[in-house]
Amino acid sequence: MLSRTAENLFWLARYVERAEYLARTIDATLRVTALPAAYVGKTNEWDSALLTAGVGPSFYDHYEEANERNVVEYLSFSDANPASIKNCIEAARLNSRSVRTALTSEMWDTINSAWIELQAVWNKGPANREELAKFLRFVQETSLRFDGSAYRTMLRNDAYWFSRLGVHLERADNTARILDVKYHMLLPEEEHVGGPLDYYQWTSILRSVSATTAYHWVYRETLKPWLIADLLILNDTLPRSLASCYSNLVRNLDQIGVAYGRQGASQRHARGIRNRLEHSHMDDIFQHGVHEFIQEFIADNSRLGEIITKQYLI
Amino acid sequence: MAVAFDEMNGLGEDLRPAYQELSRWLKETPPDALEYRRQEAELLFRRIGITFAVYGDSEAQERLIPFDVIPRIMSATEWTLLEKGLKQRVLALNMFLKDIYHGRDILRANIIPEDLIFQNPVFRPEMNGQDVPHDIYVHIAGIDIIRTDPDNFIVLEDNARTPSGVSYMLENREIMMRLFPDLFARHRVAPVERYPDELLSALRSVAPHSASAEPTVALMTPGVYNSAYYEHSFLADKLGIELVEGRDLIVKNDEVFMRTTEGLKRVDVIYRRVDDDFLDPLTFRPDSALGVPGLMSAYAAGNITLANAVGTGIADDKAIYSYMPDIVKFYLSEEPILKNVQTWRCREPQDLSYVLDNLADLVVKEVHGSGGYGMLIGPAATKATIEAFRDKLKREPEGFIAQPTLALSTCPTCTDKGLAPRHVDLRPFVLTGSSHTTIVPGGLTRVALKEGSLVVNSSQGGGTKDTWILSE
Repeated sequence: MLSRTAENLFWLARYVERAEYLARTIDATLRVTALPAAYVGKTNEWDSALLTAGVGPSFYDHYEEANERNVVEYLSFSDANPASIKNCIEAARLNSRSVRTALTSEMWDTINSAWIELQAVWNKGPANREELAKFLRFVQETSLRFDGSAYRTMLRNDAYWFSRLGVHLERADNTARILDVKYHMLLPEEEHVGGPLDYYQWTSILRSVSATTAYHWVYRETLKPWLIADLLILNDTLPRSLASCYSNLVRNLDQIGVAYGRQGASQRHARGIRNRLEHSHMDDIFQHGVHEFIQEFIADNSRLGEIITKQYLI
Repeated sequence: MAVAFDEMNGLGEDLRPAYQELSRWLKETPPDALEYRRQEAELLFRRIGITFAVYGDSEAQERLIPFDVIPRIMSATEWTLLEKGLKQRVLALNMFLKDIYHGRDILRANIIPEDLIFQNPVFRPEMNGQDVPHDIYVHIAGIDIIRTDPDNFIVLEDNARTPSGVSYMLENREIMMRLFPDLFARHRVAPVERYPDELLSALRSVAPHSASAEPTVALMTPGVYNSAYYEHSFLADKLGIELVEGRDLIVKNDEVFMRTTEGLKRVDVIYRRVDDDFLDPLTFRPDSALGVPGLMSAYAAGNITLANAVGTGIADDKAIYSYMPDIVKFYLSEEPILKNVQTWRCREPQDLSYVLDNLADLVVKEVHGSGGYGMLIGPAATKATIEAFRDKLKREPEGFIAQPTLALSTCPTCTDKGLAPRHVDLRPFVLTGSSHTTIVPGGLTRVALKEGSLVVNSSQGGGTKDTWILSE
């Protein structure tokens, strides 16, 4: 397939995934901030939402204060934020238009309908919290529909694999970021963990990766920071964990390698990261430092994006 | 102006046979139901994303072409005649182009003045002596046809460069079949869905000698911001070929390759929807970012087929148009089956003075204009506009032709006030491959939605209709 088509599919999937992640982040933050201060402490949750979205510094070019109104606006509707939900959906639609021939009609319909709804219904942004909740649901449903229609209707060929690469690379980045920020905020040093205060904070991490129920099924335990880290980093059965993302990345890259009859740098690099995740234990990660571990992962992950681009997309 | 010939009702109330069943159906169908289906059709178009862009119109970057649900119908007899005429016309166009870029018999026979060719900006000296596979220049032609009476088909314009609109022909049919299965059941409408297959086989049949047995065809688009982008992606999809932009292509050793995830892959035939001027910045406009440096050199080496060929503009130029009946006779020694609209060439002093005296009754067109822009419709224009045009004509007479204001035939159309006659034309698409010429029965019917308007162009408020050719 054309390199440009592969590139568009890859980014299209990333934009949709990112839009959903932002919607989840806002949703989780709203829940935490709705609790009395006694339960959640004095940290500014909206600041941390900005950090997990990776737009901390640019936000303050446009706003004074990180409060609900400003942050929700910046993350969801702002034109000034190139990675706002709105801009993600618009970029996804533009990409879809450029590669319509590579999309199934169901996928196109999902993106195009979302774009039409965005313009018709959400043009001015949600008027109140209820509307906002509706909007966030709409974004998540769009992503689910897109994923579902890709899964159910696409031929299993390179077009599908490149789009999956986008999903998993973006997802790995998102999970890593949220874990990093929250861990950093909640566990600055060797501080004592536990008590009602942290409980809700930890729940919010799980919520933002839709893993609250999963946690209980896997561990049958009350919330424990190291178990949450274990789930999100090493547990291959959780679709948003780093390990699961990398199982998928390695598999999709292998499929491409087989179809094209040759392997390259991206296959090697992805396998390297996957092996490291497979052979890691939470104890070692803690000893090494969770923050350091995740920072390294984020850098490796984004390097994989660069290598894929060089090998296939240009 | 006299009452126009109506495709359904003729010149009076005599219902024409092809419309009998439709007329009965219309009487049975409540107006509400029709309106409901119309809205449904619009929704479908928007969801599928069948839009076009209007340049310089920032507010409505993507617009829908209004779709009218009342079909335009032709009998098999009418179509047979039209088809014969179209094939004759396109054959003559191809022979004319070969002659102009090779022996130039037609110039030596003094049928067409030389300066009309050589001083014409759409004439491409690069094509002199260049052979194209099977001598086919115009692989895809869109011939605009109008009628003023039941007996004649008249060519309004030959489109021999990059005619568009065929996606509407195909999508209109899809949507009509979805919305009106009952109406289809009552007619025997010739299908149009094989157009993509015919197009692909025509394109493959003209692959260069150096191509493999399974030639690779690609469709080249200027990109997502082009007004016909939807059509480009639609066709690439239906043909199962790559939709490429200039930046996806690269020329090496006079061969054309596309950049793919598996490395470079050779391309043999390019169905290009990019104008000549933008194809190759080394040969044509150096500022073109849409083109492929070196493409023309690969073309000259015979390693790539461009469809349509470079330089076909000389055949559909409005100044050449008036010579088409002579062109048909010269190459085929046959009488033209399709008529031409009477045309005054303003470059000829006699014609010019007639035109200047009768501006208020005539349609004046720029020789190189298209899309309904830059033309004067005398009867509909204000005095001031006419005077402004008079000045332009005097300053540069060779830039214009004039034609009588024709009462284009009308067809019943949904309007705010119920069904009413609106003027229509028809663009059938003629495909020419190495072995034969094909025309999928039908074409794109365009309709001027404003009462009394004669301009059917989509950029000027025109709409489209499904076109039905009935089987015997």
